[in-house]
Amino acid sequence: MLTYIVIAAIKSLVLIHILLGAVAYTVWLERKVVGRMQNRWGPTRVGPFGLLQPIADGVKFILKEDLTPPHVYKPLFILAPLLSVVLALTSIAVIPLGGQLPLGRWSTGLQVTAAPNGTSDINIALLILLGVTSIAVYGIALAGWSSNNKYSLLGSLRASAQMISYELSLGLSLVGVLLLAGSLSLRDIVTAQGRPYEFKHFLWLPHWFPHWYIFPQLIGFFIYLVSAYAETNRIPFDLPEAETELVAGYHTEYSAMKFAMFFMAEYANMFTVACVATLLFFGGWSGPIPGFLPPLAKALMPLFWFALKVLVFIFVYIWVRGTLPRFRYDQLMAFGWKFLLPLAIANLVITSLIVAVLS
Amino acid sequence: MLHLILFFIFAAVCIAGAVNLLAQSHPINSALSLIVVMGSLAVLYLLLGAEFVAAIQIIIYAGAVMVLFIFVIMLLNAGVEEHSGKSYIAWFVGIPSLAALAGLVVYSLLLHEEQTGNTSVSSISNVGSVQAIAHLLFGKFLLPFEVTSVLILIAIMGAVVLAKRGES
Repeated sequence: MLTYIVIAAIKSLVLIHILLGAVAYTVWLERKVVGRMQNRWGPTRVGPFGLLQPIADGVKFILKEDLTPPHVYKPLFILAPLLSVVLALTSIAVIPLGGQLPLGRWSTGLQVTAAPNGTSDINIALLILLGVTSIAVYGIALAGWSSNNKYSLLGSLRASAQMISYELSLGLSLVGVLLLAGSLSLRDIVTAQGRPYEFKHFLWLPHWFPHWYIFPQLIGFFIYLVSAYAETNRIPFDLPEAETELVAGYHTEYSAMKFAMFFMAEYANMFTVACVATLLFFGGWSGPIPGFLPPLAKALMPLFWFALKVLVFIFVYIWVRGTLPRFRYDQLMAFGWKFLLPLAIANLVITSLIVAVLS
Repeated sequence: MLHLILFFIFAAVCIAGAVNLLAQSHPINSALSLIVVMGSLAVLYLLLGAEFVAAIQIIIYAGAVMVLFIFVIMLLNAGVEEHSGKSYIAWFVGIPSLAALAGLVVYSLLLHEEQTGNTSVSSISNVGSVQAIAHLLFGKFLLPFEVTSVLILIAIMGAVVLAKRGES
């Protein structure tokens, strides 16, 4: 029991550092890619290709004066960014990054919450993810309220309404995959995507064709992607921080590290969304492993495939940011309640009918 | 052993949150204490092996219901409430009945100690799994489950009607 806790703690420590490093370089990637899309260079001054820019940004955030305006409600003003970043980092704990990682004589599951034998994990991982997502709204809501500023308050009211509206279609969009896989455990869902489809007799597929759930659940994937963008408050759903209307929305009054915490939370949430999309719709860490590689490289190949798929999603995030304008608020609400939610319910009904007929 | 330690920690957090809920004078602090109570209850369910109920407790109560509470408090901009401390009902009815209730609970627990004390986590851990709950909900309790969903639908429609009536 004690060894298990120690191993889980070491894994969390490593994972948090990798995640925060990835977050820093996602900011760099975003600035570079959006820069190229708008025919600019992006950061170039610090290091080759501006590669040291995230470090410079980090130093700046740490050294800046941490202002606390006099009119804020202090306990919640400090609690809100902490809550945001802690919840954003919590959800990575249940995400499996690969099968087993052999380290000399013994091996360990590539997941913080993997069972000691490494082949199974907690069977409510997806529910935990949804739970953490639903709690994450408090960070933003409390930040806006405790700032005692009308722009902040408007931003956080928008955020709360938006996040509880899109949470419904987010949850419903995943149920289709759960019906196909028959499990709530993320590991089981990835394993299930290694099996051929139930309806393989009805259409001809080459044997190398990946049996990912994106193909039977294309509508579910579309709904998931849209509602996940809304949940992470990214363009085109970044109304809580719409800078043309609300200064900076809920984080108007925050500076230095407290602001950086909101920033880190947003990007860490993007990673969680990308990981879940990879696991549920794109076969997780599965991918071809060339036979000529040395054993260690072979063992690391699943991690490579997982990271590559996640990176593709991060790129799509940035791509969408560089392409789409922001919704108007009534459009956002109408889209969520009158289009996405009925579509998600229809997808659920059709999927369950097909599953019931085929089984 | 670990279960027992975690139980005492989160039971203490739960009670502390509940007391804080009453002691705080600002509605938003009270609402946040209620979230702490919900969260620690979820951990207690998890310790009992009811993992699905624990996750739903977080998603529904801490994530959806309490967000609406906070939302309303933020919208109304509810201020600090003053404790009057003058309620005679609280002194002469509330506290004695609280003591009586606590005594009753302790008495009944002690009376059936050999039954309640020996229930181990492992023997009931299958009750709370997703499959077990689904079998109960869609098998034995199908009718109450469906009737409840109709009830919720009626409540939603009632809310829509009330909201639309004010508009016209």
